[in-house]
Amino acid sequence: MSEPGRFRFISSDRRVREDRRFVVGKGNFAADIVPEGLKHVALVTSPHPAARIVSIDKSAALALPGVHYVLDGEELAAATNALAAGLDTPLVPRRPLAVGTARYAGEWVVAVVADSRALAEDAAELVEIEYEPLPFVLDAEEACEGGILVHEDHGTNVLLDRTFVWGEVEADFAASPRTFKHRVKWGRSATVPIETFAVTASWDPWREILDVWASIQMPKFPDQIAGALKIPMSSVRVHFDVDVGGSYGVKRGIKHAVLIGHLAKRLGCPVRLIEDRLENMRGGDMHGPERLFDVEAAYGDDGVIRSMKIRALDNVGAYAGRSPFQLGKPVGAIVGPYKIKSVQYQAIAVLSNKTVQEAVRAFGQSPTNYAIERTMDEVANQLGMDRLEIRRRNLIRHEEFPYPIPSGSTYDSGNYEAVIAKVLAQAPYEEMIAERDRLRGEGFLAGIGIASCLEPSGGNSSFEPLLNPKNTTTTWMDSCRISVDLGGAITATMHTTSAGQGHETLVGTVVGEVLGLDPEYVRVVRADSLNSLPSNSPVGSRMAIMLGGAAFHAANKLKAKLVAIGAHDLGLPPEDVTFADGEVFATNAPDRRRSWMDLIVIAHRNFHKLPPDMEPGLSVSHIMQVPTGGKLPTPDGRVQMYPCYSFEFHLVLMSIDPDLGKPHIQRYVIGHDCGTVINPKIVRGMTMGGIAHGLGAALMEEFTYNEDGLLTAQTFMDYLLPSAHEVPPVEMVHHETPSPHTVFGQKGSGESGYLGAPAVLASAVNDGLRPLGIVVNSLPMRMTTLADRIAEARGEP
Amino acid sequence: MKRVRLELTVNDASHALDVEPRTTLLDALRDHLRLTGAHAGCEHGVCGACTVLIDGAPARSCLTFAVQCDGLAITTIEGLAPAPGELSPVQDAFCETHGMQCGYCTPAMILTAHALLAKNPSPSRDDIVEAISANICRCTGYAQIIEAVALAADRMRGLNRPPEPA
Repeated sequence: MSEPGRFRFISSDRRVREDRRFVVGKGNFAADIVPEGLKHVALVTSPHPAARIVSIDKSAALALPGVHYVLDGEELAAATNALAAGLDTPLVPRRPLAVGTARYAGEWVVAVVADSRALAEDAAELVEIEYEPLPFVLDAEEACEGGILVHEDHGTNVLLDRTFVWGEVEADFAASPRTFKHRVKWGRSATVPIETFAVTASWDPWREILDVWASIQMPKFPDQIAGALKIPMSSVRVHFDVDVGGSYGVKRGIKHAVLIGHLAKRLGCPVRLIEDRLENMRGGDMHGPERLFDVEAAYGDDGVIRSMKIRALDNVGAYAGRSPFQLGKPVGAIVGPYKIKSVQYQAIAVLSNKTVQEAVRAFGQSPTNYAIERTMDEVANQLGMDRLEIRRRNLIRHEEFPYPIPSGSTYDSGNYEAVIAKVLAQAPYEEMIAERDRLRGEGFLAGIGIASCLEPSGGNSSFEPLLNPKNTTTTWMDSCRISVDLGGAITATMHTTSAGQGHETLVGTVVGEVLGLDPEYVRVVRADSLNSLPSNSPVGSRMAIMLGGAAFHAANKLKAKLVAIGAHDLGLPPEDVTFADGEVFATNAPDRRRSWMDLIVIAHRNFHKLPPDMEPGLSVSHIMQVPTGGKLPTPDGRVQMYPCYSFEFHLVLMSIDPDLGKPHIQRYVIGHDCGTVINPKIVRGMTMGGIAHGLGAALMEEFTYNEDGLLTAQTFMDYLLPSAHEVPPVEMVHHETPSPHTVFGQKGSGESGYLGAPAVLASAVNDGLRPLGIVVNSLPMRMTTLADRIAEARGEP
Repeated sequence: MKRVRLELTVNDASHALDVEPRTTLLDALRDHLRLTGAHAGCEHGVCGACTVLIDGAPARSCLTFAVQCDGLAITTIEGLAPAPGELSPVQDAFCETHGMQCGYCTPAMILTAHALLAKNPSPSRDDIVEAISANICRCTGYAQIIEAVALAADRMRGLNRPPEPA
């Protein structure tokens, strides 16, 4: 690491403590939790993209022995409030079961409760629903025209249409001798965890507590359940010790939890829903952005881009959840790593009769990075300039940080040129070019892909007040509590679920670092929502910064208390003692000391030896505000979106079989800078996994619909996930530019790899196909599409 | 629904079960025997999260009926650790390389790796990729999984033993 010896445990290649339970099959996943008397739910879903629900006949289903209840949307709506939405769109109510009208194929219409899931499925087939099909709209631009309305009462399909102008856009365009405009498309895909969404709820009517075990990654989850079920938040106990089988943004599950919470209350027994893969793909509401970008760049002959106009049109599906905010997060990095002086950004979220969109890894930043990087490549091509050279001319330089961008965020730190230099040396770039040309000589299509992009990290939620003026959120805290028991053992408590990010390892490492004790001695547990401190779940690449920060500050409070106890007992002022390895000693007489256990015994048993006014026992906590956060946006829409900005540079050599259209990644090198690395194994894993996700989005995965409005990619036979065959070996080089805003200089890395993989693969494909005059500006770039485009360009039938 | 009785041998222990004929091996293991290390992912045979070993060979327990397994030797992840608190060499190698994140596909990956190494103690990278390509992992991009299997192979061949005393 950059400063050897700076840390004792931070940055060391430690094992991830969570792994021990997973390798023996002892994870505690939602489906593993089986309360006594559990009943099971299956769903009846709409076969139409839009239809009026004329009648529902439950009698045959209810007559089946072992079936306990059949719930429809009218009954559920009468008993509950609509689900919380991000934007101020009260006439687009979203509920777990359709009420009166079904608005997408696969929408949940009826829930059946039975003794087993198999029996519930049998009964679901016996529910008779009469539908009157209605006209539907799938295409975003057609939806904007409003001929067919998804929600009549809302009066339009547009949920959000806001244009921001930051800086002198028109003047910069007028002053630029050249402009380039194109349209690029990000296809509808998602991160699709292998565990579907699962939730179990149990209501205790005497204690008036709803226990919830769910595979969630959802901020304000207990609050939203309580709001929808019309019960106090203190009556909802969400168990955060549930291991989540992958999420990467999508495990929001609020409609699932409200449905199951209601049924548990209604029936007085534990109830669970584990989506099957069909329920998950069609109606689990976990599709990601489907976005059209119109990008126009104004630039000079020197390749310096002065200004940019971006129109982003996102097809968010049939209801409004939190997803339209995914158009807001990219505001915090709207110029990428480049010195673009002014930007116009039009963000449009439109409803359609498709599955509801939810948060996906990077929350809209990866599509935006893809659009910016495609534009950089094409502007270079317009000028006949090398694609590396145009980036060099536009990149923010190391000495220019902290760097304010036009949309209000200030980038904390970076050394982009150093990261790029390391990657080019690793390749080496000249040899990569020679290899590309050799492949071309052999008759292959071959291309080099280049992408440089940012990972905003620290998960503030400033896009909420930015896009919804009624929302005044200016804090997005996270927390840690540390206790030392009277045997001297340390237990730290965190206050959210995790989905594989290694947060227990993070907390243990940080607490060990501050206290100078082996992290293995730090037990890390999770609170439930009734005994937790305020926290906001692991979203927005925030936990190294926020949970790591909270653990750091809590550990320092603990250390300060131990120092005060030791100094007092030694009869010295606190500034005259030193704390090291869990002991306190007189700085100028180190043999005068109090051991760890001396200090613990005083704290827990010897009130008479404590400094005056000190509370007995040893328990401290810290609730951390997001660094640089705390302000509302200005009227023209400027706000510090996130505190930290990680950087990644991707370089790929790809060959494409000219007959099959099959891309083969020959080399993949990534340079990565997320500041101080807390755990190298975790950061590497996040980056490799993010690249695999990005490869899927770029080359394979898409939720396709047919002309009847039905989802046609709804199993893993037709929604293709990258296997070990498709994901190439990836070489990773590190650089470390610490953030000035965080306790160890760390930045986020939870989305790394995914931020630039789609962009670099698009860059490589386009470089490979350019000799044929082909431009591919739509993801995913499936091999069938590439083969057709190549054949057409060659004049083949 | 009619039920059938069968005897399942799981991790060398015999269990008498009374199940509906349509019960999958996965559901029998999870719901009847409470062996929850095998996970449902797609339930149509693509993702591999439900993989167990049947007579030593990896199989999709979501596509296998429990009644088909009467008399066969089933190994689940719960059968691999040599003793409580201990790990098999493959399990330990997955911890050493951090060959997982969320842990959901992990038991299946490890069983698949055990089956591979039982047949082929010196697998090449391609051999490892081929073996695990039937198991989808959404977290890791596979790099640290492949490294885990290679490390386990090295260790099981004794390559990391301390040098013999002179």
